[in-house]
Amino acid sequence: MKARILVSFKDSVLDPQGQAVRNALHTLGYAAVRDVRQGKVFDLELGDISRAEAERLLPEVAGKVLANVVIEKYAWQILED
Amino acid sequence: MNTLHDDAVLAQHNLTRDEYALIVKLIGREPNLTELGIFSAMWSEHCSYKSSKVFLKDLPTKASNVVQGPGENAGIIDIGDGQVIVFKIESHNHPSFIEPFQGAATGVGGILRDIFTMGARPVALMDSLRFGPLDNPRNRSIMEGVVSGISSYGNSIGVPTIGGEVYFDECYSLNPLVNVFCLGLAEKDKIFYAKTEAPGNAILYVGAKTGRDGIHGASMASQEFGEDTEAKRPNVQVGDPFKEKLLVEACLEVMERRIIIGIQDMGAAGLTCSTTEMPAKSGNGVEIDLDLVPQREKGMTPYEILLSESQERMLIAARPDQVPAVKAAFAKWDLDAVEIGKVTDGGRLKCRFHGEIVVDVPVTAVVDLCPAYQRPWKEPVTPARRAAAIAIPLPTNYTDILRRLLSSPTIANKEWVYRQYDHMVQTNTALLPGGGAAVLRIRGSKKGLAMTLDGNGRYAGLDPRTGGKAAVAEACRNLACVGARPIGVTNCLNFGNPEKPEVMGQFKAAVEGLSEGCRAFGIAVTGGNVSFYNETEGLAIDPTPVLGIVGLVEDIDRIVTPGFKGAGDTVILLGDNAEDFGGTEYLEVIGGTNDGPPPDIDLDREIAVQETLLQAITEGLVRSANDPSEGGLAVCAAECAFHSPEKIGCDLAFDEDLRPDAVLFGESQARILLTVRPENARRVLDIAETRGVPARAVGTTGGAALRIRVGGKLLVDLPVAEAYRLWMDAIPNYFAATKSST
Amino acid sequence: MKFGVVVFPGSNCDADAYHAFKDALGQPTTYLWHKDHDLQGVDCVVLPGGFSYGDYLRSGAIARFSPLMQEVREFAGKGGLVLGICNGFQVLLELNLLPGAMLRNKRLKFLCQYVTIRVENDRTPFTRKGTKDQILRIPIAHFDGNWYAPPDTLKEVEDNGQVIFRYCDPEGRLTPESNVNGSLNSIAGLSNKNGNVMGMMPHPERAVESILGSEDGLVVLRSLLEKIS
Repeated sequence: MKARILVSFKDSVLDPQGQAVRNALHTLGYAAVRDVRQGKVFDLELGDISRAEAERLLPEVAGKVLANVVIEKYAWQILED
Repeated sequence: MNTLHDDAVLAQHNLTRDEYALIVKLIGREPNLTELGIFSAMWSEHCSYKSSKVFLKDLPTKASNVVQGPGENAGIIDIGDGQVIVFKIESHNHPSFIEPFQGAATGVGGILRDIFTMGARPVALMDSLRFGPLDNPRNRSIMEGVVSGISSYGNSIGVPTIGGEVYFDECYSLNPLVNVFCLGLAEKDKIFYAKTEAPGNAILYVGAKTGRDGIHGASMASQEFGEDTEAKRPNVQVGDPFKEKLLVEACLEVMERRIIIGIQDMGAAGLTCSTTEMPAKSGNGVEIDLDLVPQREKGMTPYEILLSESQERMLIAARPDQVPAVKAAFAKWDLDAVEIGKVTDGGRLKCRFHGEIVVDVPVTAVVDLCPAYQRPWKEPVTPARRAAAIAIPLPTNYTDILRRLLSSPTIANKEWVYRQYDHMVQTNTALLPGGGAAVLRIRGSKKGLAMTLDGNGRYAGLDPRTGGKAAVAEACRNLACVGARPIGVTNCLNFGNPEKPEVMGQFKAAVEGLSEGCRAFGIAVTGGNVSFYNETEGLAIDPTPVLGIVGLVEDIDRIVTPGFKGAGDTVILLGDNAEDFGGTEYLEVIGGTNDGPPPDIDLDREIAVQETLLQAITEGLVRSANDPSEGGLAVCAAECAFHSPEKIGCDLAFDEDLRPDAVLFGESQARILLTVRPENARRVLDIAETRGVPARAVGTTGGAALRIRVGGKLLVDLPVAEAYRLWMDAIPNYFAATKSST
Repeated sequence: MKFGVVVFPGSNCDADAYHAFKDALGQPTTYLWHKDHDLQGVDCVVLPGGFSYGDYLRSGAIARFSPLMQEVREFAGKGGLVLGICNGFQVLLELNLLPGAMLRNKRLKFLCQYVTIRVENDRTPFTRKGTKDQILRIPIAHFDGNWYAPPDTLKEVEDNGQVIFRYCDPEGRLTPESNVNGSLNSIAGLSNKNGNVMGMMPHPERAVESILGSEDGLVVLRSLLEKIS
């Protein structure tokens, strides 16, 4: 089973790397890009567990390890193949 | 001749028909594709030195303090008290053009391994970087990537980057140079070499898993760049400094406990190199099972496994009874340690894959019998003497010229670079970056190690022999200025395509100049690196020999630094001014030209000047010392002001009958500007006189401006604060323009 | 007083801290391996700087799961002294033994340089030998030293006197330039509510000998020598 967890800064947290990327895009002429926020993608390959177990495991892994919940938020999904 | 491999395959492997015929002769049959790959990597220029061996024979490699000269992973010099230094410089030029961040990062990783594989804990890094002019965004991008790459690897692994140099010139635009130097400390009786010792010993693979990275990286370094450079991107490896840190600790632990026989890092040509060089040194052979090699990708072929340049891997030879302890030590650091084969007699490399022998070649053929070429060379044509003196008109505003020189990136402050490097970790850095040499204290003793990287592509481009000599002279002068005597040399020789006679001639002449310089100073070259093919679409770099010279400081409390220490000190000039414009930064920045013979190098004068300074330092007389280089005396004096915490200025006067711009900005060699308390000036001048060195008091420190008179006229009058801002802001300004402000 | 320096895979300032406590301060010091469950009876646990686990995922994010951290948490809970330096500070934040989190430096570059910091609270075990508003010259070397906390946490930290050091200019003023990494309220070091756990980004162990450029780090080290009665 494949799953994906996305981690990015909470909206209230300044993201200077995202800003730098946005400015670079503007320099290259992409004025239509108003804002950029940078995050991380974790692609997980899970063994033979039930969907219910996965739905328990993924947010736990996300909140406990992959994201620092003081400054980051996360979203998770099971990828249908 | 009917062959298994057609011309296209040979070309891909960078082997000529003649080399192929020789291989067939040496192994008694035609090689299969995997064996061809092995020869391709090991007989590449980068690994075999086939174009340079013949000319490198001239280098002085023996001295009483040399424990290990060229031929091993790094050179070793005895520094007394049972300690040795292990050091070397390596280039990673071609990968840094393809992928600046990873190219530079893996360059650091590679040189670190060359040092700790011999049993030394790495304690210092330095880098010599050359880029094209910063007004071109691509050059800025390359510089940013390279500096970040070095920073990320060196900082993570915890070895301080304490010095180096950065130069800018158009010739490096498509061929940036990234030369990385590393120095480690070891105990004299705990040095480890690449050897297998006896049949029956075990061969262990330790470190990261093998993937498909960098296959044919060695061959890439042996070719010019052309239009298909983009396609070479997958050839650059990705470094993992965390893994290497674990590797350092685990390797040093097994060495400390003496539970291994020999060890070699897997660098260029990966597993191939270590499985041939180690047994070759001991007159043994090796048999390995490729299926046992830890792999991180599925379905790798023998060719890929043997030629992969995945980073952070070592090969260890150990006695069978030592194997369990070695495995346990690596397991503690969460590293793979797998027995993949054993040492044999018979002198052959045999590799098994899925039960079948897929490689069976004599190791000496691979390691020792690559032909050494006597490539045709043409004596370099050097510009006529004094031709450049007339090239530019006499200036009208000398202060303005100083402003422009201070703002020139080659001369400007490099803090933008070295602030990204942790230069304090390990708490041994006694002299922080920014001066001509870096200094480490040796814990538990009064001694210190001074080190510097120096080279001048412009001088070498105009006259390679002089360029070679100048590199030695300047490096030793930089060491003298902190109070150190040179004890050993490593060289990185960056040149164009050696198949062109002009380039081969430059190489020959530069090595001759280098050798002459080293012999004069009584120092040996303990190893180094040759980087050829630094050409893109036919345009070559200036011949750029870069030297890493290490010096010994007898008393760490007596090191001298370049900044003025107080007002009212007497400024003394050792050496003579002459009209030396050729190859100067002044001529390039103001005159837009680079013509004329470079400054003369008088090695006897050079030594006498440095000995004068060293004696004065030993007598405790010297308050500051700095040597004029790019930008000449005016820039030298400015640097002394900038390095003084209060930004003290000076008042200097020169009255020789020379062009004033030669006095102020010319780059005559064998000169040092030092300061002493007025009552000690007489003694310094006397020391100089007994050594036949011209010396005179040229002014005093003090005030808030740089004021220099030539022939009675005040030609330079620049407030230090203004000069300092220009010098500090030059490089950051190039990068600020493309970022948002904070 | 006995000091213990924790070693994680990737720690690289552990030896520097060890030498500082053992040689400069002259106290019995031992290394504590991250996989062990034994604090060896030390009076103060030091989490040193470096790149534990390569700073992969986030600085300190993986180190905080090391077996020994269980003991460190208990030790801190009972009032034991814990000093986190640079990466060690980041580990303490990830362990939630200290409030807030670290972001990338505002100018997005690794910074190695001397800074001046101001003592904000001189009544902690870590600053007893200093005085309020004293200026210390100590080096930093980090990429992620930009301390952040949500507004209510920040208010709590300030109101409780948990701020120990702030970045300042050589005259003691808080300016945007002297706040080199962009930390909220120029915070360079802070403690937990109880005051027995402190984290600081600057490296005091790099400022214990004049040959290295400064001895101001000794203020922190010497403060630790006075045991809490």
